[in-house]
Amino acid sequence: MDTGGKNFLISREDWSLHRKGYLDQQRHQEKVKEAIRNNLPDIISEESIIMSDGNKVIKIPIRSLEEYRFRYNFRKQQHAGQGDGKSKVGDVLGSDPKSGADKGSGAGDKPGIDYYEAEITLDELAEIVFEEFTLPNLEEKKKRELEDKGYRFNDIRKKGLMSNIDRKRTLLENLKRNAIRGRPGIYNITPEDLRFKTWEVTPRYESNAVVLAMMDTSGSMGTYEKYMARSFFFWMVRFLRTKYKQVEIVFLAHHTQAKEVTEEEFFTKGESGGTKCSSVYELALNIIHDRYPPQDYNLYPFHFSDGDNLPSDNERCITLVRKLLTLCNLFGYCEIVNPYYRSSTLMSVYKRIEDPKFVKVTVKEKSDVYTALRIFFSDKEKVAGH
Amino acid sequence: MADQQIKLLEKAIKEIQDQAEKFGLDFFPMRFELCPADILYTFGAYGMPTRFSHWSFGKAFYRLKTQYDYNLSRIYELIINSDPCYAFLLDGNSLLQNKLVIAHVFAHSDFFKNNVHFAHTNRQMVETMAVHAQRIREYEFKYGRNEVEIFLDAVLALQEHINPYRLIKEPERQKPAEENKPETPYDDLWSLEDKDEPKLPVKEKKFPAEPEKDLLQFLMQHGHYLEDWQRDIIAMVREEVLYFWPQLETKIMNEGWATYWHVRIIRALDLSEEEAVEFAKMHSQVVQPSRMSLNPYLLGMKIFESIEKRWDQENKGESGREKIFEVRELENDISFIRNYLTEELVEELDLYLYQKVGHEWKIVEKDWIKVREGIVNKLVNCGYPYIVVEDGDYLGKGELYLRHCYEDRELDVPYLEKTLPYVYLLWGKPVHLETVIEGTTILFTYDGRKNSRQILRKDKK
Repeated sequence: MDTGGKNFLISREDWSLHRKGYLDQQRHQEKVKEAIRNNLPDIISEESIIMSDGNKVIKIPIRSLEEYRFRYNFRKQQHAGQGDGKSKVGDVLGSDPKSGADKGSGAGDKPGIDYYEAEITLDELAEIVFEEFTLPNLEEKKKRELEDKGYRFNDIRKKGLMSNIDRKRTLLENLKRNAIRGRPGIYNITPEDLRFKTWEVTPRYESNAVVLAMMDTSGSMGTYEKYMARSFFFWMVRFLRTKYKQVEIVFLAHHTQAKEVTEEEFFTKGESGGTKCSSVYELALNIIHDRYPPQDYNLYPFHFSDGDNLPSDNERCITLVRKLLTLCNLFGYCEIVNPYYRSSTLMSVYKRIEDPKFVKVTVKEKSDVYTALRIFFSDKEKVAGH
Repeated sequence: MADQQIKLLEKAIKEIQDQAEKFGLDFFPMRFELCPADILYTFGAYGMPTRFSHWSFGKAFYRLKTQYDYNLSRIYELIINSDPCYAFLLDGNSLLQNKLVIAHVFAHSDFFKNNVHFAHTNRQMVETMAVHAQRIREYEFKYGRNEVEIFLDAVLALQEHINPYRLIKEPERQKPAEENKPETPYDDLWSLEDKDEPKLPVKEKKFPAEPEKDLLQFLMQHGHYLEDWQRDIIAMVREEVLYFWPQLETKIMNEGWATYWHVRIIRALDLSEEEAVEFAKMHSQVVQPSRMSLNPYLLGMKIFESIEKRWDQENKGESGREKIFEVRELENDISFIRNYLTEELVEELDLYLYQKVGHEWKIVEKDWIKVREGIVNKLVNCGYPYIVVEDGDYLGKGELYLRHCYEDRELDVPYLEKTLPYVYLLWGKPVHLETVIEGTTILFTYDGRKNSRQILRKDKK
């Protein structure tokens, strides 16, 4: 059928609908997120995250996305390579197996190095962590100021409705990508170039909320206990700032005396001395009284302690907690159990308070931080307010 | 403009084809397709444009594409072993780049058509894979996407464990001894009186009778709880891997052959000076050596050139060309390296073996025979561990006993323990794998809930 010895055809088809690679990559991404979700308790208590400055890309090893198979142990084999003509036995090629061995041709044809680490920004991680979190018992309060309602296009994203496409940004992205590949110009626009205008979702109603973060910084709170408390508050602060516009956070630190501190002091400063928890409750009540009248604000005190309180102070604590409960939407008490010693604790006293708004949690190990967050920030059956 | 480009390409292809034919290359009818980079990368990740969907291909696609976006690597072409033979060219390549690729591709096509290891491959695999993809999609609708995905995860984890030579050599089954065959249906009556007591049952038959290398086939046939659609998926994946296998077995030869020829074909064309420079640049990129691995393009090409040169010298004639055509027909990478990687070449290319010593990767071997054997060892079974089914009814409880045929190369233990659950998923009962770690024979077991290991014996080092 071919004429003139020509035994070939050449064609160029429209491939724009061929999306298989992207679709399967999307599925892969979904699985990455799923794996993160499944490992959240371990991931969010990672020290590198809590101590990070908040803008970093963090790396999380995601086991389930490796493609397991029977393979040789790369590090225990001999491999072949090629020198520049002067190589001799004993020459060192490198000390990090990953850097060198990964170069060269082919996808995944080298056994032993196909580890997978998901890179994720703190914000992306926060999004997953907070997916189901909410401030419980939130009520509509008197508005402090008029809010500008409606949708505002104030963000550009990689995904969105085609009708909201941002042409200028899309072309810019394409230009940028092509420039990276060394051939500037606008051509070959792929889905990754697309940018969409999008809007911020305005809350259903405006609520003013105040969180009173109270932490025991006394001598009995060791490094571990402080770390646990800080992990919790770290995520709590991020969560509140991400999801709510109208949330204020007040930081209170206490030992035998309580004082209001800045956010930075709260997360970094250590103290010492004995413990009188009632001091911080008193301070909280004062602050509420002075600055945050309950008719205008949703109030959420959270108290982290190792439970090691001055025994004579316990009764007073109960009284004050009850008082706070009449004003607040929810009171969270979290006790960090030191695995090595245990004496009488606040928790055993607090068992006497039976108010659905009083939520008590005990945390033992790092991964319990996530559990605590989930218990405090899930919208259980709405507790009757007043 | 686009038409103009196609016209130029067409002219170039014609020239290159004529030249290739003049050199004696014998290829399938060619179908060239120009396509954008992300499409080329899709094909690269899947191995075939029509292959089924799986997240692992998406992962590979993303990795390839990212490397391309950051200018770390580049696929210039992609060719599919089929009749007619499909070749995908990167839209956006310069004409000269495409010329090199086209010359390269004609030689690949010649290799696919003539190398004996491809004699049994399905040349209609493009269509076959499309059918597979469609069938898997239907199973997803019917049984749930997750269900199918999990199953595919397991099958793909074991995909390398097939027996590509099954077609060539059927394992011989023990036949019952001929002489005991009765001559008439009543013969056995005569011997009734001889047997005063019933014989004890014969020693139980081994199952499988011979160690079975084709894990996929064995699991497909004997997996305890597999449903029909699951057996079908194993069969499809197995067929696809069987198709890819000869390509894995001949990578060095095939790339070497294509590189050898693109040089000669392009040199025979009428190039402008500018094009000649561009060609030299591109070719040197293709044959760039690597300290940590072997570049199959370079190694293969050098071996072919060395064979040709030696045969020409020894026979004072042109028999070198003839010889390399014979080599491309009969060998695979293992025999190619073993028969034709000479001492001179090992020296010229400065090949060595290296390994981890303490924290460093050090060159440990320069002796040419050891280097050659080292390369060959890595090519055995296409670089995959050789694992066989030793017993399909282990402990009389239907458990599966696998054995790694250990030849001084240890398995990756964490990977092993993560893979056993996949075998379990396909087999349906506890699975065991015997291998050697640090001179000790160990039996790894996954019982459906957890991994455990048991020392079988300490081997002398």
